[in-house]
Amino acid sequence: MKTAFLKPLLLSVAGSVLLWGCGKEPAPAPKPAAKPVQTVKIGSASPLTGPQAHIGIDIRNGVQLAIDDANAAAIEIGGKQLKLELVAEDDEANPTKATTVAQKLADAKVAAVVGHFNSGASIPASKIYSDAGIPQISPSSTNPKYTQQGFKTTFRVVAHDDQQGPTLARFAEKTLKVKTVAVIDDSTAYGQGLAEAFEKTVTAAGIKVVAREHTTDKDTDFKAILTRIKGKNPDLIMFGGIDPQAGPMIKQMKQLGIKAKYIGGDGMQTPNFIKLAGDAAEGAMASIPGLPKEQMPGGKAFLEKYKAKFNQDVELFAPMGYDAVMVFIDAMKRAQSTDPVKFLPEIGKTAYQGVIGPIAFDDKGDLKNGPITIYVVKEGKWEPLETVSPGAAAEQPPAPAAK
Amino acid sequence: MEIFVQQIVNGLVLGSIYALVALGYTMVYGILGLINFAHGDITMIGALVALTVAQVMAAAGLPVPLILAAAGAAAILVCAVIGLTVERVAYRPLRRAPRLAPLITAIGVSILLQYSAALVWGKQYIAMPELWVPHKLTLAGAQFTALQLVIFALACLIMAGLILFIRYSRMGRAMRATEQNAEVAGLMGVNTHHVIAFTFVLGSAIGAVAGLMVVLYYGIGHYFMGFMLGLKAFTAAVLGGIGNVGGAVLGGLLLGVIESLASGYIGDLTGGVFGSNYRDVFAFLVLVLVLIFRPSGLLGRHSGDRA
Repeated sequence: MKTAFLKPLLLSVAGSVLLWGCGKEPAPAPKPAAKPVQTVKIGSASPLTGPQAHIGIDIRNGVQLAIDDANAAAIEIGGKQLKLELVAEDDEANPTKATTVAQKLADAKVAAVVGHFNSGASIPASKIYSDAGIPQISPSSTNPKYTQQGFKTTFRVVAHDDQQGPTLARFAEKTLKVKTVAVIDDSTAYGQGLAEAFEKTVTAAGIKVVAREHTTDKDTDFKAILTRIKGKNPDLIMFGGIDPQAGPMIKQMKQLGIKAKYIGGDGMQTPNFIKLAGDAAEGAMASIPGLPKEQMPGGKAFLEKYKAKFNQDVELFAPMGYDAVMVFIDAMKRAQSTDPVKFLPEIGKTAYQGVIGPIAFDDKGDLKNGPITIYVVKEGKWEPLETVSPGAAAEQPPAPAAK
Repeated sequence: MEIFVQQIVNGLVLGSIYALVALGYTMVYGILGLINFAHGDITMIGALVALTVAQVMAAAGLPVPLILAAAGAAAILVCAVIGLTVERVAYRPLRRAPRLAPLITAIGVSILLQYSAALVWGKQYIAMPELWVPHKLTLAGAQFTALQLVIFALACLIMAGLILFIRYSRMGRAMRATEQNAEVAGLMGVNTHHVIAFTFVLGSAIGAVAGLMVVLYYGIGHYFMGFMLGLKAFTAAVLGGIGNVGGAVLGGLLLGVIESLASGYIGDLTGGVFGSNYRDVFAFLVLVLVLIFRPSGLLGRHSGDRA
């Protein structure tokens, strides 16, 4: 049912990319002896429908922008002009659907995949990409397990929860100086991974976890668990989950008269969170891997370019999606080949200056030294509070972000 | 103690919303023997209509009571029309068909309504504008808002009104007659088609009010919200004895309180083995137990092949 009316949409997206590409082609024609063109498909897999669609579409747009830029730059690989083509698929943030989509992309013979958004989708899909020899860069999946399966094809351009969770925990300990916390997760691979990593580090730091609660990624009623937490009176409530839950949750916290601070991961650091929470969002904190959008080395130009093309602001992960494509192209250039077998080994050796900053991978495919920034909602806007680099965070007090 | 009171308050408010939705299931079941699975989605449409009206009017800066009245009226109107249409188009032609046919049709209507809503409102969560600063009241250490009080009071008022209406009004008598035996009621001059259509309109209108309450209470709406709400309300109706209006009220309130207490205390009682995520399991466990000992629900009478 869902896919039935989605298909024309996706086809039209893919079609318009094709048409756009065709329309562009005659332009270099006046040049003498146009080079032979080599078409390479790039897959993009993220939720394009459902409650997380706004984040998934954002990623696809980032990929689209990178492909358009690359095609306009007329890159030459192995003596042929590179023409990239987007194959965007909708995984509905659903692990089962993600494997179907992965198989579809493998069957479509894409050279590389940017995706998926959810850890719960990236992990099952990665096996299929690995079997097909297709390199995969997730712009956003932060569950540590994703790169720990021993696949040579899995990479990510964000810090993972073993970095993000402890960073939040250290922030709670050093900056907020809390003594007691309540931890809630949404029972997804992402939410639970983040919450567990957080829990482990705060416990080690001597902070007491007074309540450990679970909800789901479909629920909007948290009154009962919040009432229970209220009885334990923690200094801080940490939520591992995504904005459709995080927004109503903080609203209900305020309704119940809970005074505890509220902190979460990147899944709730979105404009949508503020929209859903209204005034209650004020003072909520969330970490996000990477530098603030505006402070990214290529950030400002990227934000403007994105806005001009899609007539909306970057939601979250578009810069990561963009850079993922650029990392693939960079590897293709060095290998002088668009064959995944040839350029896959080059991805591991990446040293690329992307929109999000310098990109290099460790031997597992994780982003080396990915910085993490903690934000706070101030007057209805996410403002950066401080940036922490996981390597340096352990001992030194984090340096405040330059404003 | 105050936490206990707080959980009871949460449960009663949630339960009164379940009860309102459950009324729609139980009235239709009582008269037609049909489980109208589309009822949860009619509630969802009521919620989204109310939300949209509130958004537009709040943006125009109109006074809050006017917004509430208009949102409620619009939701009731739209839901009543949808209820009437669904009955006329989807169920009436199947009145003499085998029991399975209208049941499957109901599931079809439910899916149709869900995805129609997805087309109109999109698949994202939609936020309800904050109409007023929540006014906090304290009772025995438990905090509750004026909104919770209003929801609970209004729900009780509607339920009491409905019970009186069914007992004393002319239409109510016709409804009871149709419930007992539609054919004989028809022979006695009751226009059963009218009565059934009226039941759908009434149930949908009450569902619309429940929808408005949901968006006011949780501040959020979504095309899929009717599914779980409908399932819970249906459970409440069965718990209380489906076909019995008083049973729906009792079942709804009971289910709300059980859920609330379960998520509040299940962790402590089991030493952390089961967490609050098991609250639905707990609610359905109670349902199973009740049905083992009272197969027709708490207040249901034994009614032969219909149970």
